[in-house]
Amino acid sequence: MSKKIFVCAVMVLAMAASAFGASFKIGATGPLTGGAAIYGMAAMRGAQIAVDEINAMGGIQFELRYEDDTHDAEKAVNAYNALKDWGMQVSMGSVTSKPCEATAAENFADRIFALTPSASSAAVTEGKDNVFQMCFVDPNQGTASAQYIGEKGLAKKVAVIWKNDDVYSKGVYDTFAENAGKFGLEIVSTTTFADGNDTDFSVQLTDAQNKGAELVFLPMYYQPASLILAQAQAMGYAPKWFGIDGMDGILTMEGFDKSLAEGVMLLTPFNADAKDDRTVKFVAEYQKRHGEVPNQFAADGYDCVYAYCQALTQAKADPSEDAESLCPKMIEQFTTMVFNGLTGENVRWSANGEVTKDPKGMVIRNGAYVGLD
Amino acid sequence: MTMRRLINLKRVEARRIYLTYAVVIVAYAVCQVMSSTKFLSSSMRGMLVPICAYMVMAVSLNLVVGVLGELSLGHAGFMSVGAFSGVAAAIIMQKTITYAPLRLAVAMIIAAIFAAIAGFLIGIPVLRLKGDYLAIVTLAFGEIIKSVLNNFYLGMDSGGLHFSMLTDTTRLLKGGRLIIRGPMGISGIQKIATFPAGFILLMISLMIVFNLVNSRSGRAFMAIRDDRIAAESIGLDITKYKMMAFVMSAALAGAAGALFAMNYSTIVANKFDFNTSILILVFVVLGGQGNMLGSIIAAAALTILPEKLRQFSEYRMLLYAVILIVTMLATNNAEIKEFLGRLNPFRRKEEAE
Repeated sequence: MSKKIFVCAVMVLAMAASAFGASFKIGATGPLTGGAAIYGMAAMRGAQIAVDEINAMGGIQFELRYEDDTHDAEKAVNAYNALKDWGMQVSMGSVTSKPCEATAAENFADRIFALTPSASSAAVTEGKDNVFQMCFVDPNQGTASAQYIGEKGLAKKVAVIWKNDDVYSKGVYDTFAENAGKFGLEIVSTTTFADGNDTDFSVQLTDAQNKGAELVFLPMYYQPASLILAQAQAMGYAPKWFGIDGMDGILTMEGFDKSLAEGVMLLTPFNADAKDDRTVKFVAEYQKRHGEVPNQFAADGYDCVYAYCQALTQAKADPSEDAESLCPKMIEQFTTMVFNGLTGENVRWSANGEVTKDPKGMVIRNGAYVGLD
Repeated sequence: MTMRRLINLKRVEARRIYLTYAVVIVAYAVCQVMSSTKFLSSSMRGMLVPICAYMVMAVSLNLVVGVLGELSLGHAGFMSVGAFSGVAAAIIMQKTITYAPLRLAVAMIIAAIFAAIAGFLIGIPVLRLKGDYLAIVTLAFGEIIKSVLNNFYLGMDSGGLHFSMLTDTTRLLKGGRLIIRGPMGISGIQKIATFPAGFILLMISLMIVFNLVNSRSGRAFMAIRDDRIAAESIGLDITKYKMMAFVMSAALAGAAGALFAMNYSTIVANKFDFNTSILILVFVVLGGQGNMLGSIIAAAALTILPEKLRQFSEYRMLLYAVILIVTMLATNNAEIKEFLGRLNPFRRKEEAE
């Protein structure tokens, strides 16, 4: 018996040793605690599933480590430095925009390549040749939404409610407002809210209603959006609703009446109800492990690891190389390769690190996301 | 002047001041040597500048809380005024002053001036109050500063500086740069804050605070703290002295804010919220009110601690809180205090004197 245990222990040690010597170390920071934890946890879990799948295949091996940044730039830099001490070879930046701006500057200075799953502000990649994004950059979402609404003829008179102390919301609003005219949209009402006064939206909704908006554009995360939907219904206002990827997750929110979201449209790169094999497999695995439907952040995290897998394989990189020598190889791969993942087909990156892929229009029908097209 | 003042001090007081300077200088030297010999981890190296900034914040708040005896809950507000004005100044001066340390120094001075103005304006209504009322009003002003900065836009182009509130109506000419972008804060900051700069700022802050405390004004602060009515009855101008301490504290916090902000490539107003004010107050209370060395050590310890607890992942902040509670209980326990006192060789002599 004791001999058996000994053999087992030796095997485990041997496996650990081989894994230690021959795996690429991916480091990432994200909000694992605090108000934005839902995004950080999702990205981490999605990435972990990809790492486990790839390691099980036997070829290239990965080791993933997430450090908590509590959605704060200062903590993100601390977390990044802790990962550097650990020996991170390639980085997955940070999950949310502002912390990622701070870590991206460190990535650039230290020449450690970064691919962020979901930090979408333009400043993340601006002026940094080795920082890339898996998600759309905020301004693109605003333009894409205006284009989508205009070209599909969803509405002419549009109201916008946005959160004026939030980078994400502001980035999307700015480009939406700038481009709305080009696609024949008229913005009749623009109202804002901020942290602390995000529970009562009667003023904003009344303004939209009085000015005759046929569609209300909600560039925000899903918590305030859920309140807006509920309060609009209570006051008998039923315009068309249009959201962006932050709206993804509203159906899995605890205590949310799904019927309120009926008919809400959103542009998002990932749909957990898609029927292709990879999505079905990923959603099943995620549900098995964590008991909930993965959102777009999980899919972005998953795709990042696979994108690294593809790039490192094509570059014939060796796990013994240090971050600095991997960096130019990764830049070369990412600017030339075409990637197929859960969040889009034919994904390409431009030299400035921004991604191009087609956004998918979704609509909520009977409590589930359905493709719009 | 300084020397004579120190010579005239009681030996206990002088020893305490020299000890503070000595600890700071030795700690700086050790960190510099360890940093240059690569003995210090990246994690620690990355925290050196923020620790200096937090130390200055703690020392400056200690002037108001420990020496003047008024509870201020909006100290992070002055830090953010300094951070935003200092960084904006550094960006504006980018082309005119190319020598980075000089630009940093000028930016910190500008930050201190702006924060002092903010401190003066806020001080006018706030310092008429006392005790809990003052604490609540400073809390409110801290939040007001945050909201204002969240809605403030500042841009620069060939035509000069432009600013607007609520929405961006600066209409910059081509080639212009929007420096402060409301809720998006400032992006693309050049990281010019350095550890030596942080050390110098801390030493200057300590000299200012120690000189002020051991001057006529400093004795007035303490008189007001100990007995306001008695102080008033001997003819002390309470508002003047309170204002002096408050403005000085705000100015130092502003300089610390500029140092802090220029250590990161991005800064947002939401960073300087109520939680940050409380964090700095914790440094002061843990280190001992009126005890500058204590608040410096507490600032360093409480900044490093959460990073050292990373291995406990999600239990990190829970452990942090537990350690904080235990430390507070232990430092206020008479028996433990006496035990520690017996270990201190100076203490016995002090008692003998």
